[in-house]
Amino acid sequence: MSEKAINRETTSPKHYTELKWKIIITMLCIAIIPLATMIIISHFQYKTHLKSEMVRPLHAMANKTKHSFELFLEERLSTIKFISTAYSFEELNNEQIIKKIFMSLKKEFSGFVDIGLINSKGDLVSYAGTYALLGKNYSEQISFKATQLKGQYISNVFMGYRKFPHIAIAVQHLTSDDRSWILRATIDTDYFDNLINSMGLDYQSDAFLINDDGILQTNSKYYGKTLEKCRLKLPPHGSEFSFSENSGILNLNKRDVIIACAEFSSANYILVLVKPRSVVLKSWYALKTELLVVFTISLAIIIFSVFKMTDVLIDRIRKSDEKRENVLAELQHTQKLSSIGRLAAGVAHEINNPLAIINEKAGLLQDLIEFTDQFKNKSKFQGLTGSIIQSVARCRKITHRLLGFSKRLDIKIEPININSIIEEVLGFLEKEVIYRKIDLRLKLLEPLQSISSDHGQIQQVFLNLLTNAFAAVEDTGIIIIGTGNRKHGGVTITINDNGCGIPENIINDIFDPFFSTKKEKGTGLGLSIAYGIINKLGGQISVESTEGVGTVFTVRLPAKPDSNMELLK
Amino acid sequence: MNKNIKILLIDDETEFVSTLAERLELRGYDSKTAEDGESGITMISNEIFDIVVLDLMMPGLSGLETLKQIKAINSKLPVILLTGHGATKEGLEGMRLGAYDYLMKPLDINEFISKISLALRELE
Repeated sequence: MSEKAINRETTSPKHYTELKWKIIITMLCIAIIPLATMIIISHFQYKTHLKSEMVRPLHAMANKTKHSFELFLEERLSTIKFISTAYSFEELNNEQIIKKIFMSLKKEFSGFVDIGLINSKGDLVSYAGTYALLGKNYSEQISFKATQLKGQYISNVFMGYRKFPHIAIAVQHLTSDDRSWILRATIDTDYFDNLINSMGLDYQSDAFLINDDGILQTNSKYYGKTLEKCRLKLPPHGSEFSFSENSGILNLNKRDVIIACAEFSSANYILVLVKPRSVVLKSWYALKTELLVVFTISLAIIIFSVFKMTDVLIDRIRKSDEKRENVLAELQHTQKLSSIGRLAAGVAHEINNPLAIINEKAGLLQDLIEFTDQFKNKSKFQGLTGSIIQSVARCRKITHRLLGFSKRLDIKIEPININSIIEEVLGFLEKEVIYRKIDLRLKLLEPLQSISSDHGQIQQVFLNLLTNAFAAVEDTGIIIIGTGNRKHGGVTITINDNGCGIPENIINDIFDPFFSTKKEKGTGLGLSIAYGIINKLGGQISVESTEGVGTVFTVRLPAKPDSNMELLK
Repeated sequence: MNKNIKILLIDDETEFVSTLAERLELRGYDSKTAEDGESGITMISNEIFDIVVLDLMMPGLSGLETLKQIKAINSKLPVILLTGHGATKEGLEGMRLGAYDYLMKPLDINEFISKISLALRELE
């Protein structure tokens, strides 16, 4: 009882649902945790790695362009220097000569707007260019002072007298007699724009020059025009000349941008390269999306397969549990039958000896009466002894069947034909068929597969089943016997009667020994013997019945008995 | 006519065997009884019997052992075996050892008599 309760506990649907979820959760954890960890780790690794990879070209670009600028400025400065050393003050003071020099300059180098000679007092004494600047005094201008101090000077962009953005470069020349003069040239900043355009920036990026005070030296796309204050707040930078330290990733103007700065060595300029983060880190974002997509797809696949696999697994477990329970129940039943059989055999044997004595004593009594001519109440005594002998015969029948029941262990396997066995058995019952006008229909498949089994025992089974069927039907009732081949070897035999049927409440007991509804007419062993035999021979016997409609017994026999079935002995 | 036929009944169930002997006497057979295998064998060595009826389940010398010894003394002597249980196996073993047939207890007297007659007729 308790065992049954435990079994039911382990086979309840709730148990399987719990098991299913446990497996699913465990499998999901096992699969997803490493995957997620891997994705997160690679996310951060790629992020760090790619960012530096992405930002580095920016630095290189800024640096390269800065060099182009410096080269441009250096070139012009050297030219002016060369002129200042190649020509004397007097020569330069000659309008013809300075104009000729200026023409050559314009021809060879782009960007020169004008050139002028300033004496030590700051007066522009000689000039070649389009503007009427002759005689202007520069002594108060920073460029003049700075040139006198350093010997050369590159100015910030300014409007000056010319009213368009330009820069001035100036070189001081000291003569041998300690006089000094300055050769000053202005350069159009158009070329700066050309240089910046040559960087080939996309429309979202920006590059420009600013000075230390944050005044734009070239036009910026987003942060103001030339000579306006730059609207972009630059990262703080120290005195060190290291642009990589002067760059960083800042969130400014609500645009997430990356800024690279390159400080000029020869002039007070800083080249600023501004790129939106989305442009710089485009490949990183693409990778990130890919990672996410891969993760999502893997996750979906994992979840799907885990659920699917768990379903299959649980189904298998459930089926094997059911199978195991059935086998267990079968085994218990078989053991029950076999122990009852053994007990019955013992009892039968013990009873047989006294029964034999009763039989002989009654027989002798009968003999004595028989052989004595004059005997009072002779016929009455004969009746009494006859009755005793008949009762003994009945007991004998029971004990012999009981003994037979326990002795069915010896199996003799040989090739047999089920159809001919059925016909043999029907031979025993022929008289009853005719006498009771039973409609016996045979649906025997020809040719029926030959199987290996025990002839005698199979005969016994059919005899028992048919005896029951005959007992169940009324006179003129119908009994149908059918045979057929089984798909994977073996045969099926059905015995169908239209008799009284078996009530539902006892249908589970009919194979139990000593269970009988026929009262004194039966021993209650017929079906249990049949059950025991079929079991031993590796087959199955089952019953379906509807009360008042009829009963079908189905016997399935294997092509040959399973060798394991021997163990059940 | 039956008076000439000598039957030896060997069975430890004396009540059974004596009654059976008496019934055979009534039918004109000359029947003697032995309680166990040993005494049965002794009787066979000293007297001539036409047929022996032997119970398989006996204390001491078993039925099959007794049968072997009887057959050793006189291989032509017909032996009918009696079994108290449905031990077909032992019955068959007895047949193999040369028994004429085997019957199950309780006996049907007419069947028993006819078996004896058959066994004797075959001998002739």
